[in-house]
Amino acid sequence: MTRVIAEQDYTNIAQDLLARAAKHGATASDVMVADGETLSVQVRMGAVDRLTKAREKRLGLRVFFGQRSASASTSDFSRDSLERFVGETCALAQAVVEDPVSGLPEPGQFATDFPELNIHDSTKLQTDQQIDLALRAERAAFAADSRITNSEGGECDSSSGRIILANSHGFVGHYANSSFSLSVSPIASDAAGMQRDYWYGVNRAFAKLESPEAIGREATRRTVRKLGARKVSTCRVPVIFDPEVAGSLLSHLCSALSGYALYKGASFLIGQLGQQIAPDFVTIYDDGRMPGGLGTRPFDGEGLPTRKQAMVERGRLASYILDTYSGKKLGLPSTGNAARSIGESPSAGPTNFYMVPGTTSPEDILASVKQGLYVTDLIGFGINMVTGDYSRGASGFWIENGELAYPVEEITIAGNLKQMYANIETIGTDLVFRGRIASPTVKLAEMTLAGS
Amino acid sequence: MSNDESGALARFGVTDREIEQALGRVKVSTVDYADLYFEYCQSESVSMEEGIVKRATKSVGQGVGVRATAGEKTGFAYSDELTPKDLNIAADTARYIANSAQGTAPVPVTHRPALARNLYPHDRADIEVATRDRVTLLNAIDAEARRYDPRIKNVMAAYNTEYKVMLVATSDGLMVGDIQPLSRLQVTCIAEENGNRQVGTFGGGGRIGLEYFQNDQRYLQFAREAAREAILNLSAVDAPAGVMPVVLGGGWPGILLHEAIGHGLEADFNRKKTSAFSNLLGKKVASEVCTIVDDGTLPFRRGSLNVDDEGTPSSRTVLIERGILRGYITDKLNARLMGIPLTGNGRRESYQSVVLPRMTNTFMLAGESDPKDIIKSVKKGLYAVSFGGGQVDITNGKFVFSASEAYLIEDGQITKPVKGATLIGSGPDILKQVSMVGHDLKLDEGIGTCGKEGQSVPVGVGLPTIRIDEITVGGTKA
Repeated sequence: MTRVIAEQDYTNIAQDLLARAAKHGATASDVMVADGETLSVQVRMGAVDRLTKAREKRLGLRVFFGQRSASASTSDFSRDSLERFVGETCALAQAVVEDPVSGLPEPGQFATDFPELNIHDSTKLQTDQQIDLALRAERAAFAADSRITNSEGGECDSSSGRIILANSHGFVGHYANSSFSLSVSPIASDAAGMQRDYWYGVNRAFAKLESPEAIGREATRRTVRKLGARKVSTCRVPVIFDPEVAGSLLSHLCSALSGYALYKGASFLIGQLGQQIAPDFVTIYDDGRMPGGLGTRPFDGEGLPTRKQAMVERGRLASYILDTYSGKKLGLPSTGNAARSIGESPSAGPTNFYMVPGTTSPEDILASVKQGLYVTDLIGFGINMVTGDYSRGASGFWIENGELAYPVEEITIAGNLKQMYANIETIGTDLVFRGRIASPTVKLAEMTLAGS
Repeated sequence: MSNDESGALARFGVTDREIEQALGRVKVSTVDYADLYFEYCQSESVSMEEGIVKRATKSVGQGVGVRATAGEKTGFAYSDELTPKDLNIAADTARYIANSAQGTAPVPVTHRPALARNLYPHDRADIEVATRDRVTLLNAIDAEARRYDPRIKNVMAAYNTEYKVMLVATSDGLMVGDIQPLSRLQVTCIAEENGNRQVGTFGGGGRIGLEYFQNDQRYLQFAREAAREAILNLSAVDAPAGVMPVVLGGGWPGILLHEAIGHGLEADFNRKKTSAFSNLLGKKVASEVCTIVDDGTLPFRRGSLNVDDEGTPSSRTVLIERGILRGYITDKLNARLMGIPLTGNGRRESYQSVVLPRMTNTFMLAGESDPKDIIKSVKKGLYAVSFGGGQVDITNGKFVFSASEAYLIEDGQITKPVKGATLIGSGPDILKQVSMVGHDLKLDEGIGTCGKEGQSVPVGVGLPTIRIDEITVGGTKA
């Protein structure tokens, strides 16, 4: 809706804010400007359900007065408002306490090369085109099995955005990115009740998005197989995580490796750098420059270059996830992982974080289990990052003699993440990126399952 | 400033005529309903860790969301610019679903009721209180928690405050505005002893200002509670695994109601028949001791609203009466499509999101049992008094919620604290397992945020002490 503003104009606004902050007495500052547009189409039962279109912009300013700092954000770019905005941000900084570690990265550390990373596809989809894709995905889901009786709908979204970062050390960087996604969530029913699942595709390039037919069929396959799910008895058994839920184990690892959690004493991996935390066949990378990756970007939230680095190498914890601040707190350099929400000070987060595939096919992993659980869904927040204690609601399938015997639900799986990483027994060959964090199938030797 | 629409309108700098024209542009004959939602929101956060208040952030945003509904379809667009041109572009986009040329006659907006009541009167000055006052409060929290026990090794505290002005103008000719303050104080303590590290948290707030936390030095009590939980967890044993009776304490454990039944009673899921509660109206879904309401009219509560985001006054809705399912939570779209009453539960996170039927403050009414007798009635089970988050799968009704403070009950006595365990159950069944309800109804401290379709809104919950005869406890000790 907002009139399109040229990139140069945003750079000028950023430079102007840096200059104003200096005039107010700030000793250093940085500015991040983001804008983007989104078109989201949701269909349900063969008709349009919701259509959302928006264009938005926002800027964030962080100022330092010596070692005091504050951050603020606004969506109002008018000249008068910005002058007031800079004044208020500077006043806020002077109200907090000095923090000896605070500050921008040192000059000379900033990104200077901006390679083509294939994260922006300028394809503009028409509204009707997106409606058609969503309808086709839902139709394919219904066509795949007669037990699909209802639907939470199909959704097709497209978005593109720009990021501009500038600071008082003279760094100016910008990049554009895009995202196209398609999903469908069918509902299957039988005499015992209803089950829902979904499937999706997401890509920075429209041409690489999976077909609506493939997404619809997969959604239905995942949904109907849950019909007739039951509880199983409390026991200790081997547990296989399908790639979707195995990714959640890596998300928890990211949280525990965040420099902020570590220096606050709020991570179960404190002091583990260089230690063996998993078997020697486990290697995990974070790669901020993977071409086309959903977490790819040329520089991080502080302007430092992104890179590919081993986080866990042959089971040994090789790196934490750090920005400048949390790195200094731990006596380590930034790993180029500053994550930044507009108007917030940086935090530390992964870019494209993945486990290197193993050599065993998912079928062979299944075949290796005499009795156990194959998990496809996890719900709830039963994870204590301080201790690693883990207890989540689960559903999936009971494994009997190497085969999926029947669907199970209303159970929990529990353990401790530290032990769970150490107990990884097999890694599958099936690594596919559907997000910033990706994992192949993972088998853990044993967990506690609570049921009837 | 009073909570009336004139003050709010002045802030947005939009004229009546511009609003009526934009509504006219979108409300063509094939559109059933349209509205414009203007919002200005200012939020500030200060946080403390390692004894230093080192972070302060502020955010200011405003914009308008334009929505049209036609049959089951919703068209929606939003803009962070409020010029007539931007309003019109948004109106045209929202109208796309109606397949119609733009309307030309302005929609008169003549019904401008004053708010019938103000549940959270406030003084702007309290909300714009100097950052320094908040800093002082956080520093005192750090000292108090460390004084509580030397094993407290780190204290993190954050004070967040938000000042939201909304104005909604609808094609029904209604225009109403509200000013919605919201504050929250959260304290986290980490205790350490012989390499064993544990965490404890406590928080609270509501549609109130800083003075609420300063009264009777309530903020120090927050510090002590967080410290107490962390210290307690140092001696926690592994949680049991399996089916057993569970006693839930009053207050925040009401998150059970929110997850197990509240979401399942939101009208959208029932209209689409995707909820495990679809078609159960008038049926028995809980034991007779259970009566559950959603009530947006409680003064100063986090989940309360003078009017919802469609301009409907909030209300008290009986969801379950003595075990019988009585009603759903509605917004205008779903009430119209289902032909059921409007309950004032149409809520949105911001101008950037569409309205959905959402809970406000959801709680179970007090029963007749003495809480002590409820504990005594359990031979072997769990007593859970504080929880982290919860989640539900609406379609199959399975929900979980995770205890952050819980104890074993052995022979009618509370014995050892246990490590966090997740409880899992089935929404339509769990309340049938409630056999005793205490006379001690307590509302939570004001910390709840509910997520749905990616939108977060503040909510409240409440519960008396209750006994659940059977639920699966997901500990590690099989």
